[in-house]
Amino acid sequence: MKLPYYPGCTLKTNAENFETSTLEAAEALDIELVELPRWNCCGTVHALAKDDVMHYLAPIRNLVRVDQMLAEGDVEDGKLVTQCVMCWNTIKRANTAAIEDPDKMGKIKDFMEKEPEYSGKVEVLHFLELLKEKGWDTISGAVKLPLEGLKVAPYYGCLLLRPREVALDDPDNPRIIEDLLEALGAEVVDLAYKSKCCGAYHAVHLKEVTAELSHKILSQATELGADMVVTACPLCEFNLGKRQHEIKKLHPEFGSIPVVYYTQLMALAFGLNEEATAFDENTPDPRPLLAEKGLIMER
Amino acid sequence: MIMEKNESNMVTIHVMGKSHEVPGDLTIMKAMEYAGHQFRRGSGCRGGYCGACATIYRTKGSYKLLGALACQKMVEDDMYIAQIPFSPAEKKTYDINDLRADANAFMVHYPEISRCLSCNTCTKACPQDIMAMDYVQAALRGDVSEAARLSFDCISCGLCAVRCPAEIVPYNIAQLARRLYSKFVDGPAEHVLEKVKEVEAGKFDDELAELQTLDRETLKERYETREKRL
Repeated sequence: MKLPYYPGCTLKTNAENFETSTLEAAEALDIELVELPRWNCCGTVHALAKDDVMHYLAPIRNLVRVDQMLAEGDVEDGKLVTQCVMCWNTIKRANTAAIEDPDKMGKIKDFMEKEPEYSGKVEVLHFLELLKEKGWDTISGAVKLPLEGLKVAPYYGCLLLRPREVALDDPDNPRIIEDLLEALGAEVVDLAYKSKCCGAYHAVHLKEVTAELSHKILSQATELGADMVVTACPLCEFNLGKRQHEIKKLHPEFGSIPVVYYTQLMALAFGLNEEATAFDENTPDPRPLLAEKGLIMER
Repeated sequence: MIMEKNESNMVTIHVMGKSHEVPGDLTIMKAMEYAGHQFRRGSGCRGGYCGACATIYRTKGSYKLLGALACQKMVEDDMYIAQIPFSPAEKKTYDINDLRADANAFMVHYPEISRCLSCNTCTKACPQDIMAMDYVQAALRGDVSEAARLSFDCISCGLCAVRCPAEIVPYNIAQLARRLYSKFVDGPAEHVLEKVKEVEAGKFDDELAELQTLDRETLKERYETREKRL
């Protein structure tokens, strides 16, 4: 299966391990993700003002590229697969808003001039949704190393579940990451804080706010006996993982708990190599724990 | 007869609001000089290479604001013209040795790059037909090679910068991209380093000393046949 794939800037810069593990895990499931040609920024934040057409140009232009790939026969399906939750949320919402509003679509077309008109037929999918479509049985069928004995707490953050209209699962009781982890053989630890805010962009100028919020989430995971936290968002991974030293400044008693992308656990369970799992790019390093659990070799 | 031919080809241009009758087979730059303007700024090589003569214009009946190089674009009837001899832009000072070929190099020195709306206005404004938005986007995701490749023909005329709604200065991004590319991706040109070594070792000293003794005619002959002798 050949599908158009939108990586977004973060998977090319600060979350390369997310992209590597995604592409490798997809390949193990016979899914070929073909990177969109000439893709541009997703738009980052969905424009809430109804007349803010300028902010729709970026996401819609990417959707035009999907049309072009289909026309060229480079992919078999007009489903656009995204991985970064911010890209997914922004492109999906812009897609829906533009399709529902012909006047807006007209303005976008007029402004873009030389670009072909957007068909309005692209479906924006998160990689998790694609996995669900494939079926959890298919996923568990690809598992070569079941993650037995590994207690994992899924953390959804905000953008996979908000707003309600675009949520990829029941926003009050999501199951999709839990289902995936169970298919991989892991033990799921249910967090009450799984969709609470990690602090998001406060990381830039109010580090303490992010540290406090992340502390609550991670402490709960530790209290409930989780070995690690799994996320689908590069910003959550940054705040919960790479910024644990900021939590320690405020809460010296706080230990540490690895935070990884769900695709890294897929790559691990599918029996893929170190380049595919790319755990070396995570902070804190999850490898000592995984070695202790007998899931990777002692270094 | 020549007069008649020229007269039938006269067009009207409006330079900063003042109308002039000029021959229609001239470039904007030559037409403005024909009309009595003297270029002190906004003119350089006159061959489309230096980027000094950025010009914006509209044509009758069109809402579009277009950009061109005055030395390259031919005048049209009822063209409204203004020169943009300089675009105010902050150019950062950096030591290339302190940088790495990644997205951060751009974000640190030109953080406004993240304001890009992907509106493509820069590309539409470019008289060199460069995909300016595409190279800005490549820089944003740290694809230095692609940013350098796409921006190779940029002559820094500044039209993209004055049109960008996000107030980005694309040509500064392009220049940084090409510097990063040559420093970290492409690496030094080995053949040039070899040649410098040869020069330093004195390989060409005798030849140079001989040249200094030759008369004008012989030098001229040598110059004219230099490729044949290689």
